[in-house]
Amino acid sequence: MPVTHVKNSFAPPEVGGDVLVVKDLHFSYPDGHSALHGVSMKLSVGDKVALVGPNGAGKSTLMLHLNGILGGHGEVEIAGQRLTRDNLPAIRAMVGLVFQNPDDQLFSPTVFEDVAFGPLHMGLPEADVRARVDAALEAVRMTSYRDRLSHHLSVGEKKRIAIATVLSMNPSLLILDEPSAGLDPRARRTLINLLRELPITMLVSTHDMKLVQELFPRTIVMDEGRVVADGLTTEILEDETFLTAHGLEKP
Amino acid sequence: MHFDAFDRYHEKESFLHRLDPRVKALVTVIFIVSNALLPDGAWLAFIFGWIFLIAANLLSQLGIGYTLKRSLVALPFALIAITVLFTIPGKPLFTFQLFASHFTVTDAGFLRFVSILIRSWLSVQMAILLVAVTRFPDLIHALEHLKVPAILTTIIAFLYRYLFVLTDEVFRLLRARESRSAATTGNRSGGGVLWRARVAGNMAGQLFLRSYERSDRIYNAMLSRGYSGHLYTLNAHEMKPRDYYVTALAIVVIFVTQILGRF
Amino acid sequence: MLYSPVQPMHIPDGFLSLAISIICWVITASVLGLAISKTNKSLGEKQIPLMGVMAAFIFAAQMINFPVAGGTSGHLLGGALAAIVLGPWAGMLVMTSVIAVQGLLFQDGGLVVMGANILNMGLVTAAVGYGLYRSAASQSKSVKLGVAGVAAWLSVMTGALLTSLQLWLSGTSDLQVVIPAMLGVHALIGVGEALITVSALAFIIQTRPDLLAEGSESAKGSRNWVFVGGLIALVVVLFSPLASASPDGLERVATDMGFINASQSAPYSIIPDYTLPFLGETAISTILAGVIGVIVVGAVIVLVGRGIKARA
Repeated sequence: MPVTHVKNSFAPPEVGGDVLVVKDLHFSYPDGHSALHGVSMKLSVGDKVALVGPNGAGKSTLMLHLNGILGGHGEVEIAGQRLTRDNLPAIRAMVGLVFQNPDDQLFSPTVFEDVAFGPLHMGLPEADVRARVDAALEAVRMTSYRDRLSHHLSVGEKKRIAIATVLSMNPSLLILDEPSAGLDPRARRTLINLLRELPITMLVSTHDMKLVQELFPRTIVMDEGRVVADGLTTEILEDETFLTAHGLEKP
Repeated sequence: MHFDAFDRYHEKESFLHRLDPRVKALVTVIFIVSNALLPDGAWLAFIFGWIFLIAANLLSQLGIGYTLKRSLVALPFALIAITVLFTIPGKPLFTFQLFASHFTVTDAGFLRFVSILIRSWLSVQMAILLVAVTRFPDLIHALEHLKVPAILTTIIAFLYRYLFVLTDEVFRLLRARESRSAATTGNRSGGGVLWRARVAGNMAGQLFLRSYERSDRIYNAMLSRGYSGHLYTLNAHEMKPRDYYVTALAIVVIFVTQILGRF
Repeated sequence: MLYSPVQPMHIPDGFLSLAISIICWVITASVLGLAISKTNKSLGEKQIPLMGVMAAFIFAAQMINFPVAGGTSGHLLGGALAAIVLGPWAGMLVMTSVIAVQGLLFQDGGLVVMGANILNMGLVTAAVGYGLYRSAASQSKSVKLGVAGVAAWLSVMTGALLTSLQLWLSGTSDLQVVIPAMLGVHALIGVGEALITVSALAFIIQTRPDLLAEGSESAKGSRNWVFVGGLIALVVVLFSPLASASPDGLERVATDMGFINASQSAPYSIIPDYTLPFLGETAISTILAGVIGVIVVGAVIVLVGRGIKARA
């Protein structure tokens, strides 16, 4: 399938300063298991950051804090707004969280209904909702899928539609959990091209080190609930001892 | 298992396909009610209803015999009605003997039995056609329009969405069980009934847990997109002129059928 | 065929009279209305995704089978299990959705008779299953599981009994034949139901007991359910031999009430006699028949008018 690199017309809202600020985040699960031990990070507008680490490092737990599904001790700021229980609806419009399993993300019978869910629940009028759905599907290059039944789609198609379901909310920050997991090479290549084109601040958790190398200039490494590295991808990937110590491999 | 194992919709650009789903659902129900109202032995009305059905088949572009081919699905249930052959008083048609008892089939009984079968046969075909020309999500919208409570239509929508996903899991569990259901020569295999029941129950329990945890993740996904307890839907079906005309026509046809049934 | 058609309790259209179908719809709609208002209060935000996925679970679980004897296999209907695990009201809503999709999408069960099917397989099974299970609420685990098995078996039998009664009152089946036949067949099917329900429940209790809706009912609400479930079960146990023993008495009652007109082959004549059932040949029924005719003509005129207006 030929790949076309068309300039993406999708544009997230204007945000000044840091899109994401996390200050000293601690979290323990109800069963006592301590998952985050003082995590801090900052993302500026336009940053594309990879989040890597072994299983159990706390990556998914961290992500669930960034739109308020989990609440720990510490501060989370999205585009200057402090995340509290009262402004969750506003935060969730700004943070687009895409889960690992697209079957969990696509819960409506048709693609249209799924992509429309976000803007509809934001209270937008019908005409706006439709416009947003069209724009989001366009951004992921799946306009022709609008009336398709969700359960008919392949894994790769579902993953791209899942991204569309959060894009329709016009978020400032896109967070993806293992986007390339389970994809065949062609679908993976399509996804990589899509992520490359989207002009939106991104934090992507992944085990796919080649993806990290190709798409993300900056990498954050987590292990055992802590941030153990945060810097240029090229530098981090050079240090093989470091990588092995934290359950990673050089691509 | 292919993802369209549970699909009954056949995509076409026919007149029926383009009708509002409310109209199709209503006409189907009116047709079935009409059949229920027809007295036994109303042959003229039954044939008229059948012609209506065949016309609908043709209009759907799915082939004149589309519903006919699938219509035998309810046949086994006919057994339950077999007793009317003998118990309805009337002129005896013929008698036979089974295990020292005499059974007499009466004319009224025969009429009742055949009429039950015909009513059922006609009704099930219309129901088959309904889902062949209406996408199921649109049918759910029709139910919403027809004032079925939102909580029920939403559960049905979720059920439809995850039907394939969960039954696929079941089939994988069943296949895994089968792969481990070996037998060595000379030994009777299979385990006792209780053990088999326990395995089946474990599969069901396993499936339940996975489903429960899946619903938690779905809930998180809904939260992430702004869900806060109330579900909003866009339900953009507008009745066009032809929808009203078709409904009116269907009512006339049903009325004529009922009149024919009284002769 | 992937999805096995026609299970013995799914009544197709044409086998129940319109009167019985309507009565069952009225009962079903009332109970469902109650169930909806009750679930809105208890489960909160999570109820929609939970019940939705659980409905798919029940549907899928109905495909899990195990060979019982000589080519037959045990299956799960799921009414008791759904009610025990999700609570009675949520269980009813879930089962209703399953039965609705089975009827709509797969023609497993009719559309006009769906009210009866929901009542038999969704509402009564949940009530009996939950009610009897709750009666053992304070007992040990093995007693609870044993009672759950009995509850599941009885739930199936109650559904079968109701189905038989509906078929008889519709003039489709003879009472003396349909009750022993249905109850006999379902006594066996009920064993399969009991076995799978118990072992699934045991599995859940062992792995995630916190998921069971045991704490959701108040003590008083629980007692009501035990009462209802027990009452229905009692009716099943007493009624079945009674029905086989003296069918004539029951037939007479039913004929007096106007349900059965075994002597007439056309019980519902509207035209040319211009009468309505249950009212007999009086002036009132004649007038009513005329009114109905006018309403039908009026409806056609309105629809055509709407069609013309929509075009304009």
